[in-house]
Amino acid sequence: MKRYSVFSLARNAVNYHKGWERAWRAPDPKKEYDVVIVGAGGHGLATAYYLASQHGITNVAVVEKGWLGGGNTGRNTTIIRSNYLQDPSMAIYELSRSLYEDLSQELNYNIMFSPRGVLMLCQTEHELRAMKRTAHANRLAGTETRMINRAEVKELCPIINDRDDARYPILGAFYQPRGGTARHDAVAWGYARGADDRGVDIIQQCEVTAINTANGKVTGLQTTKGAIKTKKIAVVTAGNTSLVMQMAGVDMPIESVCLQALVSEPIKPVIDVVVMANTVHGYMSQSDKGELVIGGGADGYNNYSQRGSFPSLEHTVTALVQTFPIISRLRMLRLWGGIVDMTGDRSPIISKTDIDGLYVNCGWGTGGFKAIPGSGFVFADLIAKDEPGEIAGAFGLDRFMQGRLVDESIAAAVAH
Amino acid sequence: MLVITCPVCGVEGEETDFHPGGEAHIARPATTDPENISDEAQRDYLYLRKNPKGVHFERWRCERGCGKWFHAARDTLSLEFLGYYPITETPPEDLIKLADPLWKAHFKKAAKKTTQRKAKS
Repeated sequence: MKRYSVFSLARNAVNYHKGWERAWRAPDPKKEYDVVIVGAGGHGLATAYYLASQHGITNVAVVEKGWLGGGNTGRNTTIIRSNYLQDPSMAIYELSRSLYEDLSQELNYNIMFSPRGVLMLCQTEHELRAMKRTAHANRLAGTETRMINRAEVKELCPIINDRDDARYPILGAFYQPRGGTARHDAVAWGYARGADDRGVDIIQQCEVTAINTANGKVTGLQTTKGAIKTKKIAVVTAGNTSLVMQMAGVDMPIESVCLQALVSEPIKPVIDVVVMANTVHGYMSQSDKGELVIGGGADGYNNYSQRGSFPSLEHTVTALVQTFPIISRLRMLRLWGGIVDMTGDRSPIISKTDIDGLYVNCGWGTGGFKAIPGSGFVFADLIAKDEPGEIAGAFGLDRFMQGRLVDESIAAAVAH
Repeated sequence: MLVITCPVCGVEGEETDFHPGGEAHIARPATTDPENISDEAQRDYLYLRKNPKGVHFERWRCERGCGKWFHAARDTLSLEFLGYYPITETPPEDLIKLADPLWKAHFKKAAKKTTQRKAKS
């Protein structure tokens, strides 16, 4: 792999940029791999990257039915934060956020991480109290967050409606200065390039059609590009997890629903933080291109179509127009939907299964992008050692049997 | 946008007029056999969901109409409502035929249990 640098840029510039090599290969599948990862989204590619870089396991394939990063990795609002309530959540999301900080250097790929700060508005007394509780929990765990008052909110975000007579007046905000955004596609591309460089085969347009097991052990899988032998399969397929796991006869505590996002036409810089308004259901930031990136709540019913419902978009935009009156006459440019995998406690599943050699990483629901590095890091550790580490241990499938939930459903940014 | 017809009062409306109640036909273990409830059965009841791609059986409520709950068969890929049936009943055979093997197995098992219970009483 040729390193990207200012010198390589200059060298290629004199040659009309004809000399750049492909960022990753397009190999045909080999007959056998040590590990096959199903799903080349951010989480799957990060898992492959850390398997290679941290554990020296390089005979790995990542199979993907579409193109890499074409699912929820390319369909989110790119927000990164770690201000969760429960200890296990804080551990994994903070690991993830801290890995994001130097990910561009680690991958030699500019993921455009922008720690611009994340504000969660408190617009009711109850929300203010709940956020204070989370802020205290974060402080105990060493995650840097703090409560700020209305004047400070207005200073950080001048376009916000801070009037007393608003339907939901701003009482304060829960602020994570180190949170922010990153370029979502670049995260997938960077991990893909890094993994490919270490020998991982990324096989796109290769759909898994069956998972083979014998005597409770994984033996391989069938794909549209032929059979592959392997002893370890890691399923990282977000909204399609139930369907893929069904191939191995494993029932999942997951429902797939649609979460939508949209962007406005590009305008001059008006907001340089991420603002989440949880009571009214909406969040907004501004991309480097100037588009306002807007997200809201998920639809209330199961959906595999990657098309969401209009009422939930209307609800989100209404909420944000109240919060930011200056956007009321902006036109919306694009909208899209992603199929997210919701668990009962709104926490992820990083787990072994009853089948030897079958691992699953799913249930990130509406907040998967922020977790990509941390999720890949601990999942690679679980696959390599066949034993969950300290962080992954809390997110096993066994927690649903034991009632040991990691309940983030109330603490989530937007109630989904 | 979903367009839904309430089978109870007959009113047609869009999804904001109705409330989704999630997967239908989830039996509470304690209702049928309170003496023997395994951890697995309780987990399945609380958390496991079929989540099919295709025909799904759900509960919906006619929130801004008659207020009654009812059952619906809906395709989770085309988002089309395929049929409705009363809240106390299992789906008609023609709808079960369209469904995922998971659902077919579910209704087969449920029918077997009902006949066993009837035989006992």
